Amino acid sequence: MTAAAPEPKANMGQPVPRYDAVAKVTGRATYGADMPLDNPAYAFLVTSAIAKGRINSFDLDDAKRVRGVIDIVTHENAPKLKESKLFSNGGYAGTTIQPLKSAEIAHDGQIIAVVIAESYEAAREAANRVKVSYSAATPSASFDSPGTTKAAAKGQNAQFKEDPKVGDFAKAFDEAEVKVEASYETPTQHHNPMELFSTSCAWMGDTLVIYEPSQYVYGLKNGVAEQLGIDADKVRVVNPYVGGGFGSRGSMTPRTAIIAGIAKRLNRPIKLVPTRDQGFTIATYRAETRHEIKLGASRDGKLVALRHEGAEMSSRADPYCVGGTKTTTRLYACSNVDSLVSIVRADRNTPGFMRSPPEVPYLFALESAMDELAVKLNMDPVELRRVNDTTNEPIGGKPYTSRSLMACFDEAAKAFGWAQRSVAPRSMSDGDWLIGYGCAATCYPTQMAPSAARVRLQRDGRTRVEIAGHEIGTGAYTVIAQTASERLGVPLEKVSVFMGDSDLPPAPVAGGSNSTASTCSAVMMVCDQIRQRLFKAVMPNESLTDKAKETVGIGQTPANQAARSDRPLDLEKAFDALGVGVVEEYGEWKPEGAPLDSFKAMHSGHARLVGGSAMKDKIAYAFGAEFVEVRVNRFTHEIRCPRLVGAFAAGRIMNPRTARSQLMGGLIWGMSSALLEATEIDQRTARYVNDNLADYLVPVNADVPDVEVILLSEQDDHINPVGAKGLGELANVGTNAAICNAVFHATGQRIRRLPVRLENIEV
Amino acid sequence: MRPFSFQRATDPDMALQALSAAAAANDPLTQATAQPLAGGTTLIDLMKLDVMRPAAILDINPLALSWSAIEPGAETLRLGALAKMSDVAAHDEIQRNYPVIANSLKLAASAQLRNMATLGGNVMQRTRCSYFRDVSYENCNKRNPGSGCAAMDGVNRMHAVLGTSDQCIATYPGDFAQALIALDATVEVTGKSGTRSMPFAELHKAPGNTPEIETTLQPGELISAFLISGRWPRSVYLKARDRQSYEFALSSAAVALDVQDGTIRDARVALGGVATVPWRAREAEAQLKGQKFDDGLAQRAADAAFADARGRRHNSFKIALGKRVVVRALQQAVTMEI
Repeated sequence: MTAAAPEPKANMGQPVPRYDAVAKVTGRATYGADMPLDNPAYAFLVTSAIAKGRINSFDLDDAKRVRGVIDIVTHENAPKLKESKLFSNGGYAGTTIQPLKSAEIAHDGQIIAVVIAESYEAAREAANRVKVSYSAATPSASFDSPGTTKAAAKGQNAQFKEDPKVGDFAKAFDEAEVKVEASYETPTQHHNPMELFSTSCAWMGDTLVIYEPSQYVYGLKNGVAEQLGIDADKVRVVNPYVGGGFGSRGSMTPRTAIIAGIAKRLNRPIKLVPTRDQGFTIATYRAETRHEIKLGASRDGKLVALRHEGAEMSSRADPYCVGGTKTTTRLYACSNVDSLVSIVRADRNTPGFMRSPPEVPYLFALESAMDELAVKLNMDPVELRRVNDTTNEPIGGKPYTSRSLMACFDEAAKAFGWAQRSVAPRSMSDGDWLIGYGCAATCYPTQMAPSAARVRLQRDGRTRVEIAGHEIGTGAYTVIAQTASERLGVPLEKVSVFMGDSDLPPAPVAGGSNSTASTCSAVMMVCDQIRQRLFKAVMPNESLTDKAKETVGIGQTPANQAARSDRPLDLEKAFDALGVGVVEEYGEWKPEGAPLDSFKAMHSGHARLVGGSAMKDKIAYAFGAEFVEVRVNRFTHEIRCPRLVGAFAAGRIMNPRTARSQLMGGLIWGMSSALLEATEIDQRTARYVNDNLADYLVPVNADVPDVEVILLSEQDDHINPVGAKGLGELANVGTNAAICNAVFHATGQRIRRLPVRLENIEV
Repeated sequence: MRPFSFQRATDPDMALQALSAAAAANDPLTQATAQPLAGGTTLIDLMKLDVMRPAAILDINPLALSWSAIEPGAETLRLGALAKMSDVAAHDEIQRNYPVIANSLKLAASAQLRNMATLGGNVMQRTRCSYFRDVSYENCNKRNPGSGCAAMDGVNRMHAVLGTSDQCIATYPGDFAQALIALDATVEVTGKSGTRSMPFAELHKAPGNTPEIETTLQPGELISAFLISGRWPRSVYLKARDRQSYEFALSSAAVALDVQDGTIRDARVALGGVATVPWRAREAEAQLKGQKFDDGLAQRAADAAFADARGRRHNSFKIALGKRVVVRALQQAVTMEI
């Protein structure tokens, strides 16, 4: 075992290497734009240079003269497409702003023309030569711009169901012995996955194949079919690998149907590879948020009143919101809670999911305020969390299925050396650097969605698993292969997994950290169907009770077979009895509490996620605790984070290697989101200014010298058959608060607005 | 990017011929139809962004045979313009006798870029102003003379506070040039009619009313070498930036001192990340010369360096930051063991 492959503790799988590791490091893994096409034409986008107004006219003469140009598509000659509703209101789209429909411009960087040419270079050159005449209007850019509108989220966004409240907040806060009232702010951020937002479309007769990085092939297939007005069975989406998603590829963007429509008209495959800066405006992003927190506590630190008000930016067209109060009102014991989420509209593209969409901004506010409360109480912030730890969430009184928050705090504190902290701010230093320690809690809802799978077992043990899941870099191939191998009792190297293809059995969106729990539960169930068939063949007179299924031997490791079964099953004998060479099973799994229409929705590309705080009689979250060391230079005020330690508990850890890698990446992103990442908006023009990876900073290796991930053993039998809680979005939550708490410890200065930059420090 | 012809120079004469043949005397050099390609780290970038649209590229890398030597002589250090940043930064004698040069190079860009980029190309790198680099903004006086400046009242956190004009506040982004200007370097320029030398301080032009003209190089001329007199073992390059590596300076200081018996006999101070051109802070030097060093003196020098600074909405912090960087760089230079 190594640091990268930690020793499994109880209820953890083996840290086997990634299923796709060799393909990726040797370049054999094919991403969307790598897919070979027969005689493709190349598309290059022209995007708007204004955020609001209309196009008067195009001058295309110069562009059309570029050798190799085939066509230039604008709103005047674009294929007619049907509308799709916003995903949160029952549709597939990440935005309802449909470009190329009219001369109207709704946001910066909106697609206004598509140049099609014989080569990428010709398409790009011609796009550069397109001249546009606009009538520009003055746009509203963000919160403080004139012309924005603000309204409660409840009632506009079907996914935002309630503003949680309980007890009498006003009275309790009024009477509280110790109070914290503070405002917090988080910036606009963009996912910037390494793989660009490419789309290739190829028609074979009336059948369309789309190669595109997608976190939801069934959603994209159905959404594009709806926009084109064709049967969904005529659309296939293929993407065996996705070069990073982070939520940006969870819902359909307008580009896909546009390219499909043009390919149809030209009767030729088309490949589009947009530029990095176009990715800032043709897809989604994390919108800026503002928060007002009020905490009231007794002298001994017990919370008596908590209020969280959040405001989020969205586009004029769409009521997108993340509504993180569903989490922040339930994290700690408190009998008087109030909350409100509002949506503010401006002339922007519609925001969307970005890794831990609700928790990143909302826990920043709450976990910063908790630290402020600890300071006011003169209490160790870890102890403040302990005093307010709870087994039941306060809004509905539902029990947490499992909750290892304090165990995480204790493990991480020990590994970090929290006890060595000198409590007073500005009391630790090293040469030019002031040193600060900070910590914060993290949590993420445990979610599941219906999923299908097909598994084929051959008599020699070779196994093929088919599921339209998504490998977005998380290790999905690996844990699915492990699940089939363990359940069928076949060696891992005999298992092949096929994913990222909408011709395979449907799986949910790779979002909300539900993939492992959902896909592995489905695969496990289908493997059990195979076991049942084999079992029946050799023991036709036995009844198929769960007990018998467990003792039949197949699906147990050799050690367990001996221990748990007096009649282990011989695979060859079972196949002989059955009289076949191959056993294949298909099955559809749904989580407890899934709505009635779940399976229908699963096939039509609507993921019905259940879990988290939305369950009837329980609440399920994964938890963690993060500790950081921050150094602030006395002279330059530069802020660095030389050390990050996180401890996490998330039910069964399917593979400690891939889990650690996910959590490590999360910790780094959490730090990045606190110190570096912000999309700058020109307030006059509502345009993104630093829309490239030179100006939109993310950490380099020198920024993260030391990251430690601790995996805690946790068993939870109340969530899903696999017993796993999603952890992909767990570690980048709370890190931002831990950093600001550490900056306070280093400098005595409380930063409530991200990112923390050197000009915000007044040492 | 637009189509261009590509030609590889075989020797300096051929290169200079090719460049001057294409040069039209009235164009700003940056808009000349033929552009020399060295490391390519600025030129290719700007061509992809459609900011630069040369019709012809002349690859001058073969000239490295004659123009890339690192020659630390007894009196003068000579650095060939095509020497790679990484080679100069790693050179023993540069590290020992010119730490300000070694560190200005080492703290710039990334290891990969430093392996590609040349000294001559480095000093010629163009501003990182986001509005300059995005052709969808019409108003950029540097790109479209007379069109206005989007940065003036836009997002200007990275922009300059010294050497600005009403037409342009774009920051000169490099690090190495600060070391050169501090050390009174001479730049050797070779053209069709021969070689001429001038103080490095005369190479770059502040924007004034013509921000499109960035240097005094004439069409068809190439930088062939940099020369530095004397040795400066007591020298420091201090750089403040948002991340630990691979990022431009928010503020930097190149400081070189000659201290004898506690008295500063000579002082050189140059500033980066805060000015439109490589910036020599002579007012700061005047404060220091002939004085005994203490923190108060460092502060007076820093104040003098930024006396004429003018901040805009998002970059005013650079004035206070820049002063602290100068103070700290002076303290480090005074206390360094040589």
